[in-house]
Amino acid sequence: MSAVRVLVGTKKGAFILTSDGSRTHWDVSGPHFPGWEVYHVKGSPIDPNRLYASQTSGWFGQVIQRSSDGGQTWEPAGSNGFVYDGVPGTHKWYDGTPHPWEFKRVWHLEPSLTNPDTVYAGVEDAALFCSTDAAQTWQELPGLRGHVSGPSWQPGAGGLCLHTILLDPRDANRMIIAISAAGAFRTDDAGKTWRAINRGLKSAGIPDPDAEVGHCVHHIAMHRSRPRALFMQKHWDVMRSNDAGESWQEVSGNLPTDFGFVIDVHAHEPNTIYVVPIKSDSEHYPPEGKLRVYRSRTGGDEWEALTNGLPQRDCYVNVLRDAMAIDSLDPCGVYFGTTGGQVYVSANAGDKWTAAVRDLPPVLSVEVQTLP
Amino acid sequence: MIHVVLPQHLRTLARVGREVALQVEGSATQRSVLDALEAQYPMLRGTIRDSATQQRRPLVRFFACEQDLSNEPPDAPLPDAVATGREPFLIVGAMAGG
Repeated sequence: MSAVRVLVGTKKGAFILTSDGSRTHWDVSGPHFPGWEVYHVKGSPIDPNRLYASQTSGWFGQVIQRSSDGGQTWEPAGSNGFVYDGVPGTHKWYDGTPHPWEFKRVWHLEPSLTNPDTVYAGVEDAALFCSTDAAQTWQELPGLRGHVSGPSWQPGAGGLCLHTILLDPRDANRMIIAISAAGAFRTDDAGKTWRAINRGLKSAGIPDPDAEVGHCVHHIAMHRSRPRALFMQKHWDVMRSNDAGESWQEVSGNLPTDFGFVIDVHAHEPNTIYVVPIKSDSEHYPPEGKLRVYRSRTGGDEWEALTNGLPQRDCYVNVLRDAMAIDSLDPCGVYFGTTGGQVYVSANAGDKWTAAVRDLPPVLSVEVQTLP
Repeated sequence: MIHVVLPQHLRTLARVGREVALQVEGSATQRSVLDALEAQYPMLRGTIRDSATQQRRPLVRFFACEQDLSNEPPDAPLPDAVATGREPFLIVGAMAGG
């Protein structure tokens, strides 16, 4: 019988939740790396026992942990090995003055689709790094930060973070990344050169609402079978692109609010997407105290609230940008974690929800692996 | 042997107890002690001082013999009591909440 393994990063360690394919009973292991912030844990798509974890601390810096047995044991692959290429230069600070690039932490780890020893890291201050030796050493892909707009990038409230890395399953040279608050960028030559792909985004919070860069993109999702279709949760607005980011159209439709952080795509229906609306950028909790996942079966615009099993009163948690994941069983499972420490699971594509755990530290990220 | 006391987070990272004993070549200084510590526990590289600049991380402090040695030059001799192993060299995470 198949099984799933849910990898949860929290403010005070990592947790691993396992269940058989029924996804009704959960074993919880952890905390791994207790007391450290774990921004992200993710497994290799071709070797599911190979996991990488971003373990970080304001005191002691950045550690990348690696497991070769599905998270039963871990070894530190290296500490604080992220050094910007060349002379780092400056980006813009919150007040508009030039500010030197300073490495702070790894937000997102994206293992290669073809080699378990190759992994990409999206970091703050925004840059993309790659390791080809299972996270022991890291090299920056400097073409991204060298984009002509780089010196104008400005942090969002969470910092100048590169939080989304999408690898195109049909084109090894194509990669899409997103930075708060610079926007989305695409490479078609394996990271040597990059183009801003923000046409169609409108952001009222910047001087030129449809500027080429400067947009606070919160997350982007892609379905493996249709990599040219992209779905974006921007600071405000849910967006869709049908041409690998060349242009974007708003698909917020009838959402109660189009602010939010997460967005993801159904495992078997590439036009079915999920978001969790959050009231506003100054009130990071669900509207009306009701935690609702919204699902669109039409690739946006028409949304239905999914509430069965989710708290519908007095709920004031947030769901952060990397804290939703979808397994590939049929029906697919949908998972998300909250800043209140709950990890909610739906084993039927969102129709009904249960809490796999309720009292973890604030959840920073959720990934899921579907195991044979 | 020089005795070094690590903060909790670095003990779990290095998988050691509260204190480690180090054989330090030459005179005992912050630099020689940290060099020996990182050689014996490579996973600690970069967690106490910056890997490139060798500067102490801002929220890490060095105490010994009831003195704050954090801002002493890295090549200054450590107190004799530390060099002879009678007192430990303490690596401390600066106090902060959360």
